[in-house]
Amino acid sequence: MLLEIENLSVSVEGKELLKDVNLSLDKGETRMLFGENGSGKTSLLMAIMGLGNYRIESGRIIFKGKDITNLPPYERAKMGIGIMFQRPPTIRGLKVRQILDLIRHDGSNPEELAAQLNFTQFLDRDLNLGFSGGELKRAELLQLMAQDPDLVLLDEPESGVDLVNISLIGEAIRKLLQKDLHRKREKAGLIITHSGFILDYVEADKGCVLVNKTIWCTGNPHEILEGIRKNGYEGCLTCQR
Amino acid sequence: MSEIKKKAQAAVNKPARYGPDIDLEKYSTEAPEYPQKDLKEIDILDLETLLNAGVDITGSGRSGSFVQVDRSVIHTSQTDEGIEVLPTRKALEIYPWLEEYMWKLVPVDQDKFTARAALEFQNGYFIRALPGAVSTLPVQACLYLKSKNINQNVHNIVIAEEGSEIHIITGCATDSPEVQGLHVGISEFYVKKNAKISFTMIHNWAENIAVRPRSAYSIEEGGVFLNNYVCLNPVESLQLYPTAYLSGKGAVARFNSILLARPGTHMDVGSKAVLSGRGARCEMIARALSTGGEIVSRGLMVGETEGVKGHLECRGMILKGDGRIYAIPELDGKVEGVDLSHEAAVGKIAREEVEYLMARGLSEDEAVATIVRGFMRVDIEGIPDVLKEQIDRAIKLSESSLM
Repeated sequence: MLLEIENLSVSVEGKELLKDVNLSLDKGETRMLFGENGSGKTSLLMAIMGLGNYRIESGRIIFKGKDITNLPPYERAKMGIGIMFQRPPTIRGLKVRQILDLIRHDGSNPEELAAQLNFTQFLDRDLNLGFSGGELKRAELLQLMAQDPDLVLLDEPESGVDLVNISLIGEAIRKLLQKDLHRKREKAGLIITHSGFILDYVEADKGCVLVNKTIWCTGNPHEILEGIRKNGYEGCLTCQR
Repeated sequence: MSEIKKKAQAAVNKPARYGPDIDLEKYSTEAPEYPQKDLKEIDILDLETLLNAGVDITGSGRSGSFVQVDRSVIHTSQTDEGIEVLPTRKALEIYPWLEEYMWKLVPVDQDKFTARAALEFQNGYFIRALPGAVSTLPVQACLYLKSKNINQNVHNIVIAEEGSEIHIITGCATDSPEVQGLHVGISEFYVKKNAKISFTMIHNWAENIAVRPRSAYSIEEGGVFLNNYVCLNPVESLQLYPTAYLSGKGAVARFNSILLARPGTHMDVGSKAVLSGRGARCEMIARALSTGGEIVSRGLMVGETEGVKGHLECRGMILKGDGRIYAIPELDGKVEGVDLSHEAAVGKIAREEVEYLMARGLSEDEAVATIVRGFMRVDIEGIPDVLKEQIDRAIKLSESSLM
């Protein structure tokens, strides 16, 4: 297993956000994470990355066989976890090119990566300053491509992206997740999606639903999405776990 | 007694409008005379300090050099035919017309510091770009304090004649952290029709130095004036508030300042622009960072003619300690049809940004340093790369003090 989450309960300022979450992810696996607004999807990703003022009440997170529950985010990043923020902050004066130089793994070439994302003209812009929805996503993906993590956490990669950009972004995610490799695929992804649009571009092995602060069910992502479309998240609650 | 001296006499006790008052009696204008030297032979100054203030002692990559120590001008040179570099006193001897440029933009009776500079006039630099002369290599000027308790009074005149372009870097520095002193610098700049001056000043003073520059700039039709001011080293007290008069049609001025106040430092820094030429434009950008010192960041734009445009931006960050940043942006529109705006923000480093970078693999310290470096980095256009490098160098040198 690449990632194992065992009985994880998380709170922020005394408010419980996640309760007894169990989730495991294999090498090479892509998992969609569904759930209504406020169900705790982003909190789960933040907890895996070690961000925010989240408090781990119980449980643990194992990555590559090591307990990372109490590691700072940069240690987790160095071990191979990368995250795409839904709403990344602007960092004035820090050029896209400069952040890529700071975080890129050996052998990656920022110019080449930017060209793949049609992002070359943004390399000398301040990071995220005045970027449109699609540009923010591309900037996030560009950083992830430079980092080349083994586990990619994507928080609503399709939100706020127009139809022209979505195929570009879908293609970049496919590359990050080595979708063109079949036998030797190593990269894993945990992808939050609301609309499920991303499934048209990125094939997922499984889907799971976060309801009532915990993972309610796991199964075929298309079937789960179809069920949510028909019956809403309330339908999930009536579903036998 | 000349009219100038009379006015100065009347203002010898007049306190400055801004900044803490200073007792001029604490300082002496007496100092040894230092001999003239070739740039490469200068051995009485701390070369590392000079370099940190942007002065390259090899003179390579410069179109002219000027060095004044206390009251002695020890070096002037020029390599570009279109550029003149002289001590002000010498220039006044050669060019009688230069009198007309002295005390024309800065009122001699503005305060006791201008009065002192007139009554105890020592020297300063005269830099002129001849009509049509375009020099892409900067001229460097260094004003250096060496003697104990010295009061240095300089009067600088810079003239960019019609259609010329000149870049100047001024480094101000002191011999050692123990030197006590007061630097008073009068600077009057004339940007003539379709001319351009970029002026980059890196102050590299010390804990016991008080600094009172008094500057004003005249920008004629089609003229461009770019002013970059960097002060990241400790200074006891610094107060400056230069005025740009954009009187020509389409005149442009841009001010960038990057300030760092450590504990014990007090800075009162700002600029004023009077936009009276049709279509004149001005932009002021300030970055103020405190690690325990106090910064008053001022900015005033006066719109006197329809169609002028100005924007003022001040961002302050208190990184640690009991620092204070007091931002005072002011706009004064005097007629219909002016377009003046400002934005000011004072805050702390955003946790969200630190975490963002930590999620990319940077340690907390690295993340903070990266954000602060970005905060201080202002996109400066229109100056040679060598000057951008000097500014980056100054920022880099100051980084160790931020953590």
